[in-house]
Amino acid sequence: MCDTCGCGDPHLVPVEVQEKILSVNDRQAAHNRAHFAAHGVLAINLMGSPGSGKTAVLEATARSFAGQYRVRAIAGDLETDRDAERLRRAGIPTRAITTGSACHLDAEMVHHALHHDHLHETDVLFVENVGNLVCPAVYDLGQAFNVVALAVTEGEDKPLKYPVMFRRADLVLLTKVDLLPHLDISIEAITDALARVMPVPHAIPISARTGEGLAAWFEWLTTRASQARTQTGDGHGHGHGHHHHDPA
Amino acid sequence: MHEYSVAQALMDRIESEVTARGATAVHRICLRIGDASGVEPELLASAFAILKDRTVCQAAALVIERVPVRWACPMCSREIPAGDVLRCSACGAAARLAGGDEIVLAQLELEVP
Repeated sequence: MCDTCGCGDPHLVPVEVQEKILSVNDRQAAHNRAHFAAHGVLAINLMGSPGSGKTAVLEATARSFAGQYRVRAIAGDLETDRDAERLRRAGIPTRAITTGSACHLDAEMVHHALHHDHLHETDVLFVENVGNLVCPAVYDLGQAFNVVALAVTEGEDKPLKYPVMFRRADLVLLTKVDLLPHLDISIEAITDALARVMPVPHAIPISARTGEGLAAWFEWLTTRASQARTQTGDGHGHGHGHHHHDPA
Repeated sequence: MHEYSVAQALMDRIESEVTARGATAVHRICLRIGDASGVEPELLASAFAILKDRTVCQAAALVIERVPVRWACPMCSREIPAGDVLRCSACGAAARLAGGDEIVLAQLELEVP
């Protein structure tokens, strides 16, 4: 009731909120990030279009890299756990998240998957996101780095068409470069497009089939995995229990 | 279509504000959405229109202010036009996003009895 004149009109109260709409997701992501840091785990959010070669990159990574580092994965797909099965066959223990109609993973889904996993036995955790160049870019999962797989067959202008995804990328893996002789696509045109959407553009051309470029990718990973391990102080495998705090 | 998840998060945030203040209705919802945020204002508005049915927001006006993308040099503050290589032509530093990635609930107008 209006107390100024007693007219019976309700009060209209303006409220300054000024808060990120996805703040609940951001708090959950911060919680995941703290888990990863406590266990010295390097968490990578691997994104890209359907068919850009995300799973093939991880299979190739398992073949050469997983001997030195304990690699796990969480694989998001709308339907089926085929990617997870492929990764398990390649030797990467993988948990599937079937999102149904959701076009991206969020921090809560990743947190739920983490609860079934053994972070203390993990050096590198790959979160293979749902194949999509739009939606996954909007959700922080708690990862240390965003890696985007972009197949050379997707065209030179994809970074310009999907700037949000590439702006958030720390590294772009230009996949399927063994197909370049059959395409009218130049790596230079792709890297020029990347320089217009990524402030610090970094791309590694690779082929999971021929192995080209994989050494550079493993070097990128190794550097960051050892940093993640040393930043816990006493290295991985320490005896902390799982301290759970609900996001504030 | 992640705009549905964004709309749901928005609805949850508004409902908690409404409960905290004992409001009976929401009259106006003001958002700031950046052109580089990855959220399409039109899609967000349609998603919210579906969600608000039979809620405290049913009659609320959704006002979306779009924020243009602004890239600037972190050293000399020189603006770098969108579409250019994101490196300052004067000092060579990598550009920094100075605006345009926000997905923000700015203000609400609540009816309080």
